[in-house]
Amino acid sequence: MQTFDLEAQGLRELNATLHAQATDTNQTVWDIVNPKGSHAIAVGLDAPIEVNVKGSTGYYCAGMNKQATVHVHGSAGPGVAENMMSGTVIVEGDASQYAGATGHGGTLIIKGNASSRCGISMKGIDIIVHGNIGHMSAFMAQSGNIVVCGDAGDALGDSCYEARFFVRGSVKSLGADCIEKEMRPEHIELLTELLERGGCDAKPEEFKRYGSARQLYNFDVDNAAAY
Amino acid sequence: MCGIVGLFLKDKSLEPQLGDMLTDMLITMTDRGPDSAGIAIYGGDSKGKAKLTVQSDTPDVDFKKLDNDLRKEIDGKVEMTIKDTHAVLEVKASELDAARAALTTLRPRVRLMSRGESLEIYKEVGLPKDVADRFELRQMSGSHGIGHTRMATESAVTTMGAHPFNTGLDQCLVHNGSLSNHNSLRRKLRREGVHIETENDTEVGAAYLTWKMMNGATLGEALDSSLDDLDGFFTFVVGTKDGFGVVRDPIACKPAVMAETDQYVAFGSEYRALVNLPGIDEARVWEPEPATVYFWSHNATPTAQEKAA
Repeated sequence: MQTFDLEAQGLRELNATLHAQATDTNQTVWDIVNPKGSHAIAVGLDAPIEVNVKGSTGYYCAGMNKQATVHVHGSAGPGVAENMMSGTVIVEGDASQYAGATGHGGTLIIKGNASSRCGISMKGIDIIVHGNIGHMSAFMAQSGNIVVCGDAGDALGDSCYEARFFVRGSVKSLGADCIEKEMRPEHIELLTELLERGGCDAKPEEFKRYGSARQLYNFDVDNAAAY
Repeated sequence: MCGIVGLFLKDKSLEPQLGDMLTDMLITMTDRGPDSAGIAIYGGDSKGKAKLTVQSDTPDVDFKKLDNDLRKEIDGKVEMTIKDTHAVLEVKASELDAARAALTTLRPRVRLMSRGESLEIYKEVGLPKDVADRFELRQMSGSHGIGHTRMATESAVTTMGAHPFNTGLDQCLVHNGSLSNHNSLRRKLRREGVHIETENDTEVGAAYLTWKMMNGATLGEALDSSLDDLDGFFTFVVGTKDGFGVVRDPIACKPAVMAETDQYVAFGSEYRALVNLPGIDEARVWEPEPATVYFWSHNATPTAQEKAA
């Protein structure tokens, strides 16, 4: 295991060191100490390494991640795992605004709560939240899954496309064109796998599914006044 | 952007370190706004005294014998403490309004930063580090305080455009965000007779709260109605003689994080601002909810009141 003291060695050296790891590196486990809410920790990784951040992070931790597993042992600031392509990001505490925004793939697991705009414009990422998510989550979500073991805030899934949202608790309000949908066997199967991947102690039968009503896809003359 | 910090001490033994802790928090936020910086600090018991904190671009001229000149105009003693471009004038509490009125004729160029029994506001153009050094903020003690570092978007980088803004006796406001209806609101408030000095959006927000409270609203009610009447982005932190409050607009895209322990309640635009506080690793850390007014007071139990967006 490699240990990196962020306070002593600096952010640029950290990210350059992690970027230098090849796919077949032997240095597969990294511990980052003294993160102290710093921005852009472990961004742009592209190797199957495991990075443990020992504390809370600031803006954009693990952004653009590919292949790597980034584990934040604390809370994460705005934009954690933004635009993730693959790999896994785990946040032990809470995540601030727009967690997993625009993510194309991989898995984001938040053990606490996520704040507003979680999964905004997501494009294939799976986001699994043990607690609650805030308002405007999954705005314009295109594909992928959000699992919420707690409650969802206002305007869930506003103007969403083909992403799926599974919520166990209450939904404060649904956004435009987002509706509750039937839970069919294939959804139970999918959710079972997601809950297992996220380490959630919840039964798939306790969840409701939400998604697009597909009414905003095409121009509708009756809606002309709203455009 | 802008950066905000706030610290409300529950543990009296930390009071001598308030200025030092708040200064460290503010310096950490420098890269959120390097234009100007300011701090509002609430000292201890006033013993029937009240303070005017004033600023001048030519302190050598304006502050020369200002205490003597003021003493001739009002009843009782005047104590003046000069710190760089600022001076604190301490007078009998009952003479505060008279002193303020006398100042406008004695020294018309001097600007009022704050008035109140325990509040002092220091603010200038420059980096937080430099502003803190000029006013010796690290040496200040107190029960609570608020700091701000500014990245100007809506108006000029001037002393009067810097935060905190004094909204009333012992009250102040700092703001991260931008108000979009400040021009129309400024016109409205000016018609109501409210004095607004600059083209700054936050000054309008501060004047709005002052006006609401002049018309009988409590600070909590004024903050509540700000959610209806102010358009734009804001995270506000307000200070009063007894405590501080936090409110974010319903969209809540301006960041805010809070931490609470048995010793303090702390606010930061980012968690980075809080990392060196004592016991932060065991603190309860959370993000204040949108459209919710939070308040901590030395005299009452904390409140969090949600307002429908």
